[in-house]
Amino acid sequence: MSNPEEPRVEDGVVKTNDPVSLTVARPDAGARRHEPHQPERQRLPTKLFEKRKTVHNKRIDGPFRRFKWLVMFVTLAIYYGTPWIRWDRGPYAPDQAVLVDLANRRFYMFNIEIWPHEFYFVAGLLIMAAIGLFLVTSAVGRAWCGYACPQTVWTDLFQHIDRFVDGDRNARMRLDAAPWTAGKIARRGFKWTIYLVIAFWTGGAWIMYFADAPTLVRDFWSGQAAPAAYIAVAILTFTTFTLGGFMREQVCIYMCPWPRIQAAMMDEKSLTVTYKDWRGEPRGSVKKAQKDPEHFGDCIDCMQCVAVCPTGIDIREGPQIGCITCALCIDACDRVMAEVGRPRGLIDYVTLDDAKREAAGEAPKPLRRVLLRPRTIVYFLAWGGIGLGLLFALGTRTQTEISVAPDRNPPFMLMSDGSVRNAYTVKLRNMQSRPREMRMALEGLPGAVMWTDAMPREDAARELVETVAADSTGSFRIYVVAPPGTQEQAFSFVVAGLDAQAEGDSSEARFTAPEE
Amino acid sequence: MATEEPKGKNFDEATGTWTVGHEWDGIEELDTPMPRWWLWTLYLTIVWGIVYVILYPAWPLVNQATEGVLGWTSRGQLAEEMAQESERRAPVMAALAQIPIERLPDNSELMRAAITGGRAAFRVNCVQCHGAGAAGSEGYPNLNDDDWLWGGDLKAIEYTITHGVRDRTSPETRFSQMPAFGRDGLLTSEQISDVAGYVLTLSGRGEASAATARGAELYANNCAICHGNDGTGSREFGAPNLADAIWLFGRDREVIRQRIHDPMHGVMPAWGGRLDSVTIKMLAAYVHSLGGGEDFVEVARDPAVEVDEQP
Repeated sequence: MSNPEEPRVEDGVVKTNDPVSLTVARPDAGARRHEPHQPERQRLPTKLFEKRKTVHNKRIDGPFRRFKWLVMFVTLAIYYGTPWIRWDRGPYAPDQAVLVDLANRRFYMFNIEIWPHEFYFVAGLLIMAAIGLFLVTSAVGRAWCGYACPQTVWTDLFQHIDRFVDGDRNARMRLDAAPWTAGKIARRGFKWTIYLVIAFWTGGAWIMYFADAPTLVRDFWSGQAAPAAYIAVAILTFTTFTLGGFMREQVCIYMCPWPRIQAAMMDEKSLTVTYKDWRGEPRGSVKKAQKDPEHFGDCIDCMQCVAVCPTGIDIREGPQIGCITCALCIDACDRVMAEVGRPRGLIDYVTLDDAKREAAGEAPKPLRRVLLRPRTIVYFLAWGGIGLGLLFALGTRTQTEISVAPDRNPPFMLMSDGSVRNAYTVKLRNMQSRPREMRMALEGLPGAVMWTDAMPREDAARELVETVAADSTGSFRIYVVAPPGTQEQAFSFVVAGLDAQAEGDSSEARFTAPEE
Repeated sequence: MATEEPKGKNFDEATGTWTVGHEWDGIEELDTPMPRWWLWTLYLTIVWGIVYVILYPAWPLVNQATEGVLGWTSRGQLAEEMAQESERRAPVMAALAQIPIERLPDNSELMRAAITGGRAAFRVNCVQCHGAGAAGSEGYPNLNDDDWLWGGDLKAIEYTITHGVRDRTSPETRFSQMPAFGRDGLLTSEQISDVAGYVLTLSGRGEASAATARGAELYANNCAICHGNDGTGSREFGAPNLADAIWLFGRDREVIRQRIHDPMHGVMPAWGGRLDSVTIKMLAAYVHSLGGGEDFVEVARDPAVEVDEQP
């Protein structure tokens, strides 16, 4: 740390390596300066292990809480509901809107069907998801953590269950401290049963994405489903029950790498939940502040921000890894400020840059400037570019493909009449969900004819018509025989669907012949 | 709270945590306590380990590891999976055992199964001589082409595989022997050259000349009985077709001369005693499928095939 005696001052802002809370609290840093806030630290003896302190977060209402409700409702509805959406694809394809058909290697998403060789679409979506997270993080900080992360959503859900069964913060704290009476056991049993039901439902919803949902439900309860289905449900029930019901904020603080990565992706221009200690400190109750209004800041030390926090932290200690920026403390503090007649926003979404500005008595940058800056614009362009590229690829892909693999051992075969035969494995891909007749023809290689191993040699011709089943790849072993004296040369297999669409493809191949 | 300062450790005011006591160029490490549930996961893994050691093979001893209570072994698992697989294939194998091989093409599903099984068996038993692509090599017949020494329909191929070629352990083996015209002094070196010249003309090579005319006469007297007047050979004796483009030992005049002087007789083992009849059927189906297979004609051209009455 730099020498506290000699702080560097730039544009009226003190530059040090100290945490923001210390920087902005320096007496000479802003107009409303009071004593710098030094949280009282107990010098606890070193411990190897620390028991989890249960978080009993208090109920709160406010704009951010309502937004959280909305996100929770939408994300859970998507998760539980999506597999049940039906989507008619005709008689040869499943009618489930979103289906990851692992057994048949197909991924259905509404009117898009992805084959394994088109996995780059999925890769592209994953890259978009990653860049989307970069974009969101650089603009609005840990918004993913605060609102949309499954761990956050399910923890929130389970905390509402706690509140529903055991009452709000104080009642829960009392019950926690109470001895294990029959009543407490009954309450705990009831609560954990609800946990378990939700956890089971969560695990059950997961497997619905991998098979026809109504059939799978029937099979599941009649014991006919695949062992993998029961194992997946059991594992996800267990993880939801423990991670959502008991581990909660421990997952964010100890297990998840994402807070660490996000800390690296945020910069001084990213929005984060900030306690404006230059305005709040020194904290003191309303009564104390009335006696000595000049000394005290706006924080009345009511601890509501701590009480409502789902991870149990004190935001007034500054930015920290336990803060998922769910902004419930903003709701709580705004409410209290309104009650005591002080302006809202003592705790607010502020960038680190703006925190310095505000502390120095300057106006913060407009939100537009925070969101639209080169970094977010570059992220957005990369994100949008990949998205457009994927859409373009999706729009221009063909649903008929041919691929040819020549036999390499032996490369050619001399027949008794002196003609030369080559063998190829030709694959015709029909990506439409109906069976199609396709005409396969030789292009080049004069005098040559072909036949498949499933037809008599006598029927050999330059054109063959084959039927390829709906949504599948037909594999044909093709013999091509060329007249005696044919030299090694290139030629092509062409294929076209025998329908109005007549979609086609071609593949170059090499005809190998003995050297004379 | 009464606190005793741990020796050699610094207190970090910002986090309220003691450091571990080491320092690297001013950088210190916080001694943040681990969460207690972490400790429980450690105990859980220890319990898991103990249970595993009891249930599964674990401690390596001199000859083998301790046997777990469950009696599981990887070999046992393999045997179980192989048994399951052969149970799964049992209906196909039974059907293959039932069906006469010439009827196999009528059942395309069974035919496909036979070809797949034959491909696997070929890789184990046949590639040593016939090559991985069944293209053979000098002296070892190519199985992809349409030229067959002993017949190219399913039944003939099955017979050849079962009884072999010139395998004296099998009484019904395919057998023929071409006289060593040169070595045994049946023809002079000049005569052999003449015959070789004539043989070349059978497949459209070489000019007709006085030598080939002499060769034609010698051929009619010595060779036509097996190879036929037009040189198309005879499958009855495994006599090669001399009028086509395919030559087992080579197509050059010199090679042909050598083979007339001192013929070579390829040997193929009889697989009847080594492989079961279903595997042989599958092998025949595979070889037949390589592109030169011929249709089975009910009227037996080859008396040897008629002898074969096995199902």
